[in-house]
Amino acid sequence: MSAGTIAAAAGLFRTCPVTKLKVHRDAELLVKVNAVAAVLAFTVGVSAAILLVLTRWQAVHLLPADWYYRLVTAHGLNMLIFFIIFFEMAILYFAGAIMLNSRVPTPWLAWLSFGLMAVGALLVDYLVFTGRADVLFTSYPPLRAHPLYYLGIILFAVGALVVTGLFFACLVVARREKTYEGSMPLVVFGALTAAIISVVTLVHGAIIYIPTFLWSLDLEIFGWKANVDAQVYRMIWWALGHSSQQINVAAMVSVWYLLGGITVGAVVINEKISRTAFVLYILFINLASAHHLLVDPGFGPGWKIWNTSYFMYLAVLASMIHGFTVPAGVEVGQRLNGFVKGTFEWLRKAPWSDPGFSGMFLSLIIFGFLGGVTGVTIGTEQISIIAHNTLRVPGHFHTTVVGGTALAFMALTYYVIPLIFRREVIWLKLARYQPYLFGGGVTLFAVSMIVAGMFGVPRRHYDISFTNALFKVEYPPGADLALAFLALGGIVAFLGGLLYILITVGSVFFGTPLTEERLQKGLASVPQGILRLPPQERKEESHYAPGTVILVFVFLAVFAIYYFTNWKMLSQVWQIG
Amino acid sequence: MHSGLVAPKGIWWKPAGRQEKVWITVAFIWCMVLFAMMPFWHFKGGQNPAGIRHRVEPAKYQERVNRFVQEYKVGEDTGMPVVQAPPGSELYLLGRMWAWYPILKLKEGATYTLHLSSLDLNHGFSLFPVNINFQIVPGYDYALKITPNIAGDFRIVCNEFCGIGHHLMVGKVIVDPK
Repeated sequence: MSAGTIAAAAGLFRTCPVTKLKVHRDAELLVKVNAVAAVLAFTVGVSAAILLVLTRWQAVHLLPADWYYRLVTAHGLNMLIFFIIFFEMAILYFAGAIMLNSRVPTPWLAWLSFGLMAVGALLVDYLVFTGRADVLFTSYPPLRAHPLYYLGIILFAVGALVVTGLFFACLVVARREKTYEGSMPLVVFGALTAAIISVVTLVHGAIIYIPTFLWSLDLEIFGWKANVDAQVYRMIWWALGHSSQQINVAAMVSVWYLLGGITVGAVVINEKISRTAFVLYILFINLASAHHLLVDPGFGPGWKIWNTSYFMYLAVLASMIHGFTVPAGVEVGQRLNGFVKGTFEWLRKAPWSDPGFSGMFLSLIIFGFLGGVTGVTIGTEQISIIAHNTLRVPGHFHTTVVGGTALAFMALTYYVIPLIFRREVIWLKLARYQPYLFGGGVTLFAVSMIVAGMFGVPRRHYDISFTNALFKVEYPPGADLALAFLALGGIVAFLGGLLYILITVGSVFFGTPLTEERLQKGLASVPQGILRLPPQERKEESHYAPGTVILVFVFLAVFAIYYFTNWKMLSQVWQIG
Repeated sequence: MHSGLVAPKGIWWKPAGRQEKVWITVAFIWCMVLFAMMPFWHFKGGQNPAGIRHRVEPAKYQERVNRFVQEYKVGEDTGMPVVQAPPGSELYLLGRMWAWYPILKLKEGATYTLHLSSLDLNHGFSLFPVNINFQIVPGYDYALKITPNIAGDFRIVCNEFCGIGHHLMVGKVIVDPK
């Protein structure tokens, strides 16, 4: 009798009425606590966000300087690290244990690592909010925080690393216990990609945060004084800071495939191509640490070009492949569903009122057209000269990590609530608008940031009116206008974020428990994919996706125009080199 | 066919369809264009961040800046020395909490080698309104050949967070017409 069957006998599993998957109760509970922790961190982050937006809007200029920088620190940590990584931990438990019909091999270790992560996050937030870590998200030495700040991050990272290890263990268990036949599903393969990238990322985190922690203690052993070189720190820290965003990319692409399948029965048009693209991420995407170092003194052009291009842009190629296969999968699925008229009926008649679908598709568009295009452009060695540390940088990453990853995770949440929390979604009618509100707000916000950045407006800057500075600096009216639109977009995105929090927290605590009876009668207030799960396997074979072909070539044209416009802008500044 | 939630059975390593092949080929070519642009600009373009790069002790750099100011000082502006070195010379600019030292006076169309370093934390050199940006890292000397192509009164804004006075850190560069 295998461990799996013993566990089953002990009532540690339930069967999901929608997907017919065997759900390990520990795994389910771990998904729940990690998702709750993620939403809590999101709440802290989004509260900081609105105050920051109202400060950068020069007409309002809400916060005092110290609290502005403190909340920039808190916003970055709670959003980029705590919210996203807690959510990714939930995804790893879901993709590993639940999607493979398997189990979490050592639940006690999983709980211990959740404890480490929670303690780490609380410690960091406590020190930031009490003003003992005003070092921003990046904490570049010799800027120094309280030693416990670094320790908190180390605890969080160790916890996350253990969860990643548990995910690998879970894959081994699933294979041994033969809980599934054939190869692992593409979504799990994508999660595996994210997990592998996360190991590389977290190891870099350890390599840089441990010496920095020792340095913050003023540690001296036998005359050896712990020290951290400012440039070496920047290089290794960004192998954590940027690579962690690549975990997000891999996780987000997996969520696209997952939501495509669950909402409209999107197909995988070619397993080989999608999986090879994920492998390209694993091989090359971690080089992108260089994006932050293109105008740094520590590195030469050879190093910069090689690394910033992720080995000749092969990781960009991977994203461009997913950018084709995801919508093409949706298109082929929809055509098989019967939407065959013209080039775009499949898209027009898609379930746009299902936040799971609209959130996924908006995330795809925002990430590709805005995030990808702007990122590759400012990540070009020379173009960095006209973009480095201006608002163009946060403008770019708010379209990747917020309009892309966060929006995809929000879309997934509307399915997690009924499937895992087994609750109906409250205010489902309002939830329909949430992805549009959030995605639209973030888009306006980020595009305004990019425009302001083109005027040279710096990021992470309290006051560009430079009151009290030694010399006057007067930005053109266009920059102020861009900052006002930034505020407008920020407020709309904040409302979208708030709605997300209210709906998820409300559903989890006050939602009607989901019963099979109400589900079968179609009465349950849940997204349409759960009421009628679209076919996940089909007899027909098709590769016909003409609409997607048009979309990707429009994308390429936008990409080329933006890219070469930037070279033109660069050529007009002072000669430098 | 199946969705991404289904574990594929049997051999799934199948040839790509025509549309996928076309797109992947086009995307690959585009990636090579992106890659080629950077070396190309080093040969043909006027703006490159290569520079001449060294390690330098902050105290030594401070000394060098002081010598530079002594040698070429031509005046003062709000207590800050204004320094004008002849075209072709090495200029030394220091970033520190929370000022850029000294004020530089340049000539339009002349070429200089501008050294940048920091006494304390990371700083961000951002020339306003031209929008040229470089990272200043303590312990490193970043020397860049610059040729102002327009006369005017410019500012250096700090765009890397350097403590509570970060937003007050502004320097000045004056470019005299030819």
